Amino acid sequence: MRKEPVLNMALLIALLAFPLWAWAADEPFLITLTTRAVIFAIAGVGLNFALGFGGLVSFGHAAFFGLGGYVMGVLAFHAQTYTPVLDWPFVINGTKSMPIVWMVAIALSGALAVAIGALSLRTSGVYFIMITLAFAQMLYYFTISWSTYGGEDGLSIYVRNDFPGLNTMDPIQYYAICYVLLLIVLGLVYAISKSAFGLALGASRQNEDRIQAVGQGPFGLYLTAFAISGAITGLAGVLHADLNRFVSPTMFSWHTSGEIMIFVILGGVGRVFGPVAGAVLFIVLEHTLGGLSEFWHIYLGAMLLGVVLFARGGLIGLIAGREVAHD
Amino acid sequence: MSLLLFIEQTLNGLQFGVMLFLMAAGLTLVFGVMGLINLAHGSLYMVGAFAAAAVAAATGSFLLALVASFVCAAFAGILIEFFIIRRLYDRDHLDQVLATFALILIFSEGTRWVFGSFPLFLDTPEWLSGTVMLPFGIEYSLYRLAIILVGLIVAAGLFWMIARTRVGIRIRAGENDREMIAVLGVNISLLYTFVFALGAALAGLAGALIGAIQSVQVGMGEPVLILAFVVVVIGGIGSISGAFVGAILVGLTDTLGRTMLPVFFGLFLEPSAATSLGASLSSMSIYLLMIGVLLFRPKGLFGGA
Repeated sequence: MRKEPVLNMALLIALLAFPLWAWAADEPFLITLTTRAVIFAIAGVGLNFALGFGGLVSFGHAAFFGLGGYVMGVLAFHAQTYTPVLDWPFVINGTKSMPIVWMVAIALSGALAVAIGALSLRTSGVYFIMITLAFAQMLYYFTISWSTYGGEDGLSIYVRNDFPGLNTMDPIQYYAICYVLLLIVLGLVYAISKSAFGLALGASRQNEDRIQAVGQGPFGLYLTAFAISGAITGLAGVLHADLNRFVSPTMFSWHTSGEIMIFVILGGVGRVFGPVAGAVLFIVLEHTLGGLSEFWHIYLGAMLLGVVLFARGGLIGLIAGREVAHD
Repeated sequence: MSLLLFIEQTLNGLQFGVMLFLMAAGLTLVFGVMGLINLAHGSLYMVGAFAAAAVAAATGSFLLALVASFVCAAFAGILIEFFIIRRLYDRDHLDQVLATFALILIFSEGTRWVFGSFPLFLDTPEWLSGTVMLPFGIEYSLYRLAIILVGLIVAAGLFWMIARTRVGIRIRAGENDREMIAVLGVNISLLYTFVFALGAALAGLAGALIGAIQSVQVGMGEPVLILAFVVVVIGGIGSISGAFVGAILVGLTDTLGRTMLPVFFGLFLEPSAATSLGASLSSMSIYLLMIGVLLFRPKGLFGGA
């Protein structure tokens, strides 16, 4: 039997069992830690869709992560101050309802990804990396100077948004929401990657000329992939903002883009579960190394170098071998 | 907005531009010759600034500090090129971005570990402080004027080296066809190390020169790094002249945008709205410039077809 599906199942079961154990042992901090891992995993799955499946090296996914965060922040800010978000030409009120916020965030980050993608996809290679970075930086500086919503200091929200029938302030219940969303996103990405669209996308990553020759313009494929990717990362941004009840321009910074990329690479590029493994590993490292030394980023950097230089399939590739590459 | 202020801000923009050029020159050479994206270039800038601050504190000599920044950054460059960077030349850009991002983490935390989190100070020397009178009664900081001159001299030297010397010929040949010049008997790995060290040294020098105006602290290289990338992309990757034009453009846009846009919006908006709108637009202006350039010339201003 192939190792990778076993590994993936083990990962999902661990992500279910560990928080439940922490809940039973009354360790809310560990639940929150796992929640962060799951949210980062969703962000990584989003980037992996563009990067791993489409070959689009976006160094600006913080734009979508931050946009999701600010959608939550702005809507909740207006809901808690009882002011409308917009009073002209029609009134839009703030909201504290999670499903509505998710929808808005997914729609807006998808739309932003279409806009950024439509402009960026005119370029390729390094220019693509840099132009996506530039868009994220633009939003970063924009939010810093946007004083209505806290500017550089960010925006604090008093309580988490509501989800019908659940108490979202209870760590384990909020974890359940994030975990189920991760499962949905993973299922969706898996289904898309096996669909006609996903196959065409993978083909155009490997050979653009051929895919053009069979009449599938790569531009449309890439743009769709980029939009889906941005929407997923935007959803992760909402969840992250809700977890911390705080949004700030840091969500837009290029370090965020770099970290999301780290999740993808640590786990294994182009594997559906790669970013999940990567995000979990990142959180474990942050927690254990962070406990050992204040300067844990040195070890993180050294590990990352090691993975890039010597273990090119990432964590999953290291354990499960490179068999999927020929799938 | 008086004309004097405008001229002074233009000079500031030029000063910022030539410093960006020192950063961008290394980036664009390394990319053009070796095909490598080096995110850790900002760390070399930081290494230069810290070396200068440490030497200035120990000896009290600003010139020695500048020499130290140049030498230390070049040495750090040689070190990371020899141990890490040269393994990345054949990799795709994704691997390069990640490995050099990892280097940033190592450099930043390492520097924090050695020097602590507090900013160091590097003072401008006595003989360069104060102001100088330029024609038409413009008073301008002597140190900034000196930076502009140093930057222009280094730029001229670099252009001369690339265009007229044997090393320059090899560098240009390396950009065109690296296998061919290796076959012709040029020690390609030595050439690569030299180009990387040269870029690192220029970045270190820029770090020291700017460190005397701003503070010397961990993370100082990152905003400059991103701007230098914008410069390189606007100018066209691999082109030194492109980097020069791009650097001056970005320097002027950034500096003039910061002072002019709020004034401009003040003409027809109330002051507070004008200030905030002006501030947000000016911080976005260079990215808008870059996006605009890439839309019309996807390979940058001086980029090859």
